[in-house]
Amino acid sequence: MSYLAGAYGIIWLAIFVYAFIIDRKVSRLEREIESLKK
Amino acid sequence: MIQEILDKPGFRKGIVALSAFLILSALYQSLIGAPDAQGEPVTYRILYFHVPTAIMSYLGFFITFVGSILYLVRKDMRFDRWATAGAELGILFCTLMLLTGMIWGKQRWGAWWLWEPRLTTSMVLLVIYIGYMALRGMVENEATRARYAAVYGIIGFVDVPIVHYAIKMWGSIMHPVVIKGPTNPGMTFEMLIALRVSMFAFIVTFIMLYLLRLRVETLDAQIRKIRSDNS
Repeated sequence: MSYLAGAYGIIWLAIFVYAFIIDRKVSRLEREIESLKK
Repeated sequence: MIQEILDKPGFRKGIVALSAFLILSALYQSLIGAPDAQGEPVTYRILYFHVPTAIMSYLGFFITFVGSILYLVRKDMRFDRWATAGAELGILFCTLMLLTGMIWGKQRWGAWWLWEPRLTTSMVLLVIYIGYMALRGMVENEATRARYAAVYGIIGFVDVPIVHYAIKMWGSIMHPVVIKGPTNPGMTFEMLIALRVSMFAFIVTFIMLYLLRLRVETLDAQIRKIRSDNS
């Protein structure tokens, strides 16, 4: 059971963390574009 | 037109919500909906996520392959951005495929790793695309980087069919073949439903991540353009 929990946990944690990091990067780049346009 | 739809916050929120719903459905189907497999411990259920991660890694590398060809033909940087985003997602899912395979293998074989054909060619695939990203990081000039990466992206894709057909080509008694063919799936109807729901959840999640990653590339290109226009 611990192997199963480990495998499921790794997959969804990795996907969630990746999505979070990329989303933060998108927000930062959007702010940078706004400031460059001013 | 398509880009405008993709950039709408409503579209992005919608696909995140759909992805979350499908992930929960896939978890339910794989843990509760699917029956136990005869003679297999509960860890066999790893396959409901292990198989989709493998297919999503193929998909990511296939996008890199197509983007690379289109870049070489059209010399449009947009296709280079497609290829980069595809490679990064391919690496993510290939890593997850290997990690979940190792966890499954530890329980099934008693070892984290075996140098058998599928595992070895998968490891080579991951190294090839880490090399692809490293190459991109090493070349300063944008057009040269895109050209080198495109050639590498096309050649690197050769390993994908090798990974897929590794067991047929070299044989392996260790690695299970889950789907034996359309007429002989090797699974019960409930198991196939769980696998299909999980596959659908991964496809939508892949699309969500890909659009986000592509947006990073597009915004990066816009920033470079604004800076070069200003200077």
